[in-house]
Amino acid sequence: MKAILGLLKPSSGQIHVMGEKVHFGQTRTNRYIGYLPDVPEFYSYMTPSEYLNLCGAVSGMNKSDIVTRSKELLEQVGLGGERRRIKGFSRGMKQRLGIAQALLNQPKLLICDEPTSALDPAGRKEILDILLAVKEQTTVLFSTHILSDVERICTEAAFLNDGKIAMQGTIAELRNKRSSDGFIIETEQKGADNTLIKAFGELQRKSQNTLVFHGSEERLFAIMKYITENRIPIQRIERIEPTLESLFLEVAK
Amino acid sequence: MRSLLNFLKKEYLEAVRTGKLLVLILLFVLFGIMNPAIAKLTPWMMEMLSDTMAENGLVVTNIHVDAMTAWTQFFKNIPIALIVFILIFSDIFTKEYKSGTLLLVLTKGLSRYKIVLAKTVLLLSFWTFGYGLCFAITYSYNAYFWDNSIAENLFSSVAVWWLFGIWVICLMILFSSLLQNNTGVILCIGVSVLFAYLFSVIPKAKVYSPAVLMDTNSLLIGTEGMDAYIKAIVVAAAMCIVCVAVSIPVINKRQL
Repeated sequence: MKAILGLLKPSSGQIHVMGEKVHFGQTRTNRYIGYLPDVPEFYSYMTPSEYLNLCGAVSGMNKSDIVTRSKELLEQVGLGGERRRIKGFSRGMKQRLGIAQALLNQPKLLICDEPTSALDPAGRKEILDILLAVKEQTTVLFSTHILSDVERICTEAAFLNDGKIAMQGTIAELRNKRSSDGFIIETEQKGADNTLIKAFGELQRKSQNTLVFHGSEERLFAIMKYITENRIPIQRIERIEPTLESLFLEVAK
Repeated sequence: MRSLLNFLKKEYLEAVRTGKLLVLILLFVLFGIMNPAIAKLTPWMMEMLSDTMAENGLVVTNIHVDAMTAWTQFFKNIPIALIVFILIFSDIFTKEYKSGTLLLVLTKGLSRYKIVLAKTVLLLSFWTFGYGLCFAITYSYNAYFWDNSIAENLFSSVAVWWLFGIWVICLMILFSSLLQNNTGVILCIGVSVLFAYLFSVIPKAKVYSPAVLMDTNSLLIGTEGMDAYIKAIVVAAAMCIVCVAVSIPVINKRQL
């Protein structure tokens, strides 16, 4: 992320943003990008609107644009009525101001470095809601450890392991990479599960009447055949959808 | 240009809201008043002490005090003011590196050289303002109590010392662009000044050392003219420009 912003020298290769090459140190491509660091640090003696004013002026926006845009954004992130200086802000408030700051010049690309880490659930939800809303207008690139966030708002994801992309694609594609985690078989009557376990040793008991099966489809058909032959009443047989979590663990192995 | 002005505005706002400007004004006003006050109080203090001194075998005769005493005081005290000035502002760059506040303005598209320029303008203007304030106060008291015309080359002596302050500040900008810590910055400035001082001990090299600018006594009493300082002035001014000019590419390639 820092390499895209020209803050870090890439060890090899080139980065292009909107067709322009990114130079280390001083780069013009930053005018297309909004950036939210993991812990955004502001000039704590300023008020939010003063800070946005500085950001806007620095990025070359004209005065009236800055005023309307910063007012709009502060409303959007819930800091509209805030007249205090940034000094007294909580972590979540700073994160929200960080997003407002990043979106100020209507960037084509919004880069967020772990925007939801170290936030309480309410704060996390607020940030995710804002990201979901801006997804319509701009490309959002963000890193996170929280996989449920990825499932909620991402269209595409890539897993990094040891600095390399281990797996990438749309969320649906990633899910398809591993077709199944197995099946859940739930019997209707008590005791029927015991009969099944006796017949098929690889079945594991998850809870009462519920069995989990990891194995080939052939074996499953055999189980189903056994079920029909012995007329065992079944509540459900369900394929376990792979979660990103299980995918990630597999990738990171 | 507009981004430079706005960043400069931010620098001044920072100095005002963090109280640095207030401390600075108090410091220079205090020194400005102290210079003539010490001169004015010297005869009185000597009188108070004369009995004890007589016991020790020292005889106090009439002490003559005039504007010259106050101006000598001025040049004795101003190094302390410069040291305090450097201590107050030594973290002007390093604080921003450490806290990461520059990251956001840089990714918003601010050119890095504008950061150097804005901070340089702030430092030079504050030094000039504070130094001028201190000078103006001493000058007015002196004019009221005595007569300033006794000091030869007064304005050039004051200007020479002002340039020494500028030289030290420009060194601070250079070291700030290179180092991570303000302690390191202060240390390097100290070493540089010491080096310039040692350089000025060598008879042949003396005239080129910026440390000569600190020693305004002979200029003040008129035993030497400005021509004795001109080489040191040229060296110091050139070094100032080089320091600021070098710190720009250094900051440009700095890992933040």
